Amino acid sequence: MPRSVRIKDHWGEQRLFIGRTIFAGIAAVVLLLVVMGRLFWLQVVRHDYFTDLSQGNRVRLEPLPPDRGLIYDKNGVVIAENTPAFQLELTPEQVTNVGDTLRRLAAIGLVESGQVPALERLIRAARKFEAVPLRLSLSDADIATFAVRQFEFPGVEIQTRLARWYPYGDIAAHALGYVAAISEDDLKHINADEYAGSSVIGKLGLENTYEEQLHGTAGFRQVLVNAQGRHVDRLGSAPVKLDTRQPRAGNDIFLGLDIKVQRVAEESLAGHRGALIAIDPTTGDVVALASVPSFDPNKFTRGISTPEYASLRDDLDRPLFNRALRGAYPPGSTVKPMMALAGLEYNAIDPRATRFCRGYFTLPGSSRHYRDWKKEGHGNVDMRRAIATSCDVYFYGLADVLGIERVHEAMSALGFGKPTGIDIVGERPGLMPSEEWKRQTYKQAWYPGETVIVGIGQGYMLATPLQLAHAVAVVAARGHGFRPRLVTAVRDAMTREVKTLPPIAEPPIALTDPGNWQVIIEGMEMVTEAGGTASAVQRGASYKIAAKTGTAQVFSLGQNEKYNASAVDERLRDHALFIAFAPAEAPKLAIAVLVENGGHGGSVAAPMARRVFDAFLLGKYDAAPVPPPPKGAPPEPQVN
Amino acid sequence: MLYDDGENSTARRTLTASSRLLRRLHLDGPLLAALAAVVAFGLFVLFSATGENMPMWTNQIERLALAIVALVLLAQVPPAWLKRVSPILYAAGVLLLLAVMVHGDVGKGAQRWLVLGPLRFQPSELMKLGVPMMCAWYLHDRPLPPSLRDVTVVLGIIAVPALIIAKQPDLGTALLIASAGILVVFLAGLSTVVIVLGLTLLGGAVPVAWHFMHDYQRQRVLMFLDPSQDPLGAGYHSIQSQIAIGSGGLFGKGWMNGSQAQLEFLPERSTDFIFAVIGEELGLLGQLLLIGLYLTVIGRALYMASEAQDTYARLVCGSFALTFFVYVFVNTGMVSGILPVVGVPLPFISYGGTAMVTLGLALGMLMSIAKSKRLVQS
Repeated sequence: MPRSVRIKDHWGEQRLFIGRTIFAGIAAVVLLLVVMGRLFWLQVVRHDYFTDLSQGNRVRLEPLPPDRGLIYDKNGVVIAENTPAFQLELTPEQVTNVGDTLRRLAAIGLVESGQVPALERLIRAARKFEAVPLRLSLSDADIATFAVRQFEFPGVEIQTRLARWYPYGDIAAHALGYVAAISEDDLKHINADEYAGSSVIGKLGLENTYEEQLHGTAGFRQVLVNAQGRHVDRLGSAPVKLDTRQPRAGNDIFLGLDIKVQRVAEESLAGHRGALIAIDPTTGDVVALASVPSFDPNKFTRGISTPEYASLRDDLDRPLFNRALRGAYPPGSTVKPMMALAGLEYNAIDPRATRFCRGYFTLPGSSRHYRDWKKEGHGNVDMRRAIATSCDVYFYGLADVLGIERVHEAMSALGFGKPTGIDIVGERPGLMPSEEWKRQTYKQAWYPGETVIVGIGQGYMLATPLQLAHAVAVVAARGHGFRPRLVTAVRDAMTREVKTLPPIAEPPIALTDPGNWQVIIEGMEMVTEAGGTASAVQRGASYKIAAKTGTAQVFSLGQNEKYNASAVDERLRDHALFIAFAPAEAPKLAIAVLVENGGHGGSVAAPMARRVFDAFLLGKYDAAPVPPPPKGAPPEPQVN
Repeated sequence: MLYDDGENSTARRTLTASSRLLRRLHLDGPLLAALAAVVAFGLFVLFSATGENMPMWTNQIERLALAIVALVLLAQVPPAWLKRVSPILYAAGVLLLLAVMVHGDVGKGAQRWLVLGPLRFQPSELMKLGVPMMCAWYLHDRPLPPSLRDVTVVLGIIAVPALIIAKQPDLGTALLIASAGILVVFLAGLSTVVIVLGLTLLGGAVPVAWHFMHDYQRQRVLMFLDPSQDPLGAGYHSIQSQIAIGSGGLFGKGWMNGSQAQLEFLPERSTDFIFAVIGEELGLLGQLLLIGLYLTVIGRALYMASEAQDTYARLVCGSFALTFFVYVFVNTGMVSGILPVVGVPLPFISYGGTAMVTLGLALGMLMSIAKSKRLVQS
């Protein structure tokens, strides 16, 4: 292969080199001019735009959550407060892969794996720069677990926050309700600005009803942050002026509820399923509102785990069910004094007139027997005696004479069949039947036999324990009723001024003869006297109790069957009821007790009411049992 | 008059003395002065860009001192000797690169460090000098413009280390080394036809390359074209750096008062992105001043290269001068968002040692070669 031989031309090479150098030099200048042009574009033409961006980069609004208002009982004891708790938080904008982060947190046990999808949705719905609580309460072990692995979780932090704390645990839980993590649903209803930085919201009970008062208003502060979102206090060497608006704490609320009485009420119901409501008849203030079994609301505020919640939800005794407000039961014989009042008011009966009770009642032209609880009958009874001995036959006849429309009218006036209007949500209206109601519901006519059994609080009639307590309070106040309420005063968080809320008087029940109140109250007093169905409850008491027992059928007996408690499944046994007020002459407390499948009102429910009376009237809070019956006393009557 | 005269002559005497000293040390006064200005500017900015970090600052001064020592020492080395060691240096560099490949230290996810006793260094830095020197050595006694065969050989000389380094992976350094070598060929007079042909081929290769790229690589390219696609991910550097520069305006927010830099929104604020700190705190004027200083350095170096008489000297000096320009252009282009983000420091200003020492060596060599030629000539 021939190779052309070239001779090195030094002068030519140098000229070539200089040419290339000049070209390169010009190219360098041109390219750097391009850079300078770009700089001019950024710094002069678009200067304002980038200034805005850099401003947004460094100043951030940080919400300051308000302190939730406290809840005090009647005596100023704090029953819902705020204590510091460690919570795990995630700031969405600092986390690149939320799903992955949550799954890794679940893998080390800091988040429940079952909650990951829900948390992911919650994080997506939240604002990008605001921390979302993943778990409300961390144990020391959790904190240690997280501390050693924190570097694996950028954007996830442990924060100290004030968390709701109910020092009395499950006591009064059904009145207080609880707060819990804000859910997706809640986010749709609330103003995100007011809740900025808040991690919980009232879900039930007072916490829910008084959410607006208790929550307060969020504040904010502008903070200087660096690229990691960490706070810094100065920019280079220059301090920066930043705005702050302090949060407005929630208002404190004061209850008429007495936590000591409440505890006695719940202790006396312990082991049963039931409710006890105690109301001050002079104001409508609820002194105790117990629904047993109860639950520990602290579990919710600190983030209840799925299995914990499932065990509460699936418990056969339904601890989450507020029996006091939402349980509708046949009121049984407790309605008898009120039926008697209706009879007097409509002039359907003379209180002194006696009826003969032979153990059953029949409607004219019918062979059906409406049995009395006492098979052999009560003999001749007048109105007071009929109340005292709870004679069914007397009230079957009375109801029949009155007719369902007048019964409906009279009982409605005492608050049956409609919510009492207590200041917590979820109350059920119960049921006070009428011809109209039956026509609408069943498209059927009303039968006289249905009126007869309403006369002893059975049949279609249903009432909540709260309605019973309210009705007995109205009777105790002789018609001057008040709407039941828990909250009696509110303290403004800023001014510390306590605003007392006046009792809400209901339209008084004006009887044509006010003396009629006296008749039924005397009947109720006789209930606790010798021969009455609850004579034991009065034993050893220094004050007079006016009362009425009740036993409500859960399950209907056939015409000729006899009820045999031991043979019937526990859950089909009768409900025990008891209503009472004391002192009878100047009532200070009205009580309704319901014990599901408890059996007899006089023997099961009445002693519970007695303990609450002793606590409230005498300050006897210890569990002093009702003294046993003296030797030789007749056995407690089996009362309907 | 006499008094004044006396003072003037004192000053003149001092000047003459110092220029004599510079000459004796084979140093170029104007180039050194421009460099000193860049270094002073850099130290001023770095104090703020490190967040007033004194240890980092003194560390940088130590490295600068080391770079200056390297520069002065290299300036004393006879150019003939440099020419002679070129192939040895290149061969040693390639061997070391291979050694790194086999058992090098992994730092920041890339394998580029070699540990020799107490020393930890990157052979790829060595190749920044070795490759242009080798190219120039190969071409210096061949007739120029180079024949196609010579060009092919030189491209091979460039490709071997460049490919090894690209595999480390350190694409930035590989590109710098390749460009240093290619600049030698360009200065040697590579035919315009070949240049145009090469550029056309490169352009034609883009769609083909796109077809063979991994998804993440395509993602990177797209990110460069539109950084707002992923503001917290790959586009973050570019966006934050443009915010820093743009919010600086004509005069800047003031030294140590750049919020982007001080609050660390700007990543790599003291290293690759320090030019954005200058833009934010000292404004357009600060940046133009620095670019002006750099242009002085580049211009003076190119002038010195063109004055050299020997082909080897010309090619090496010209390549070093233009490599210096490539550093400046790629860095400022990347920081201002007209070039993709590649790890190229701003010469003599970015925090960090190796690149600075390498540059010191290069400029030392440049002075040695250019000055000694002139001495021979005179």
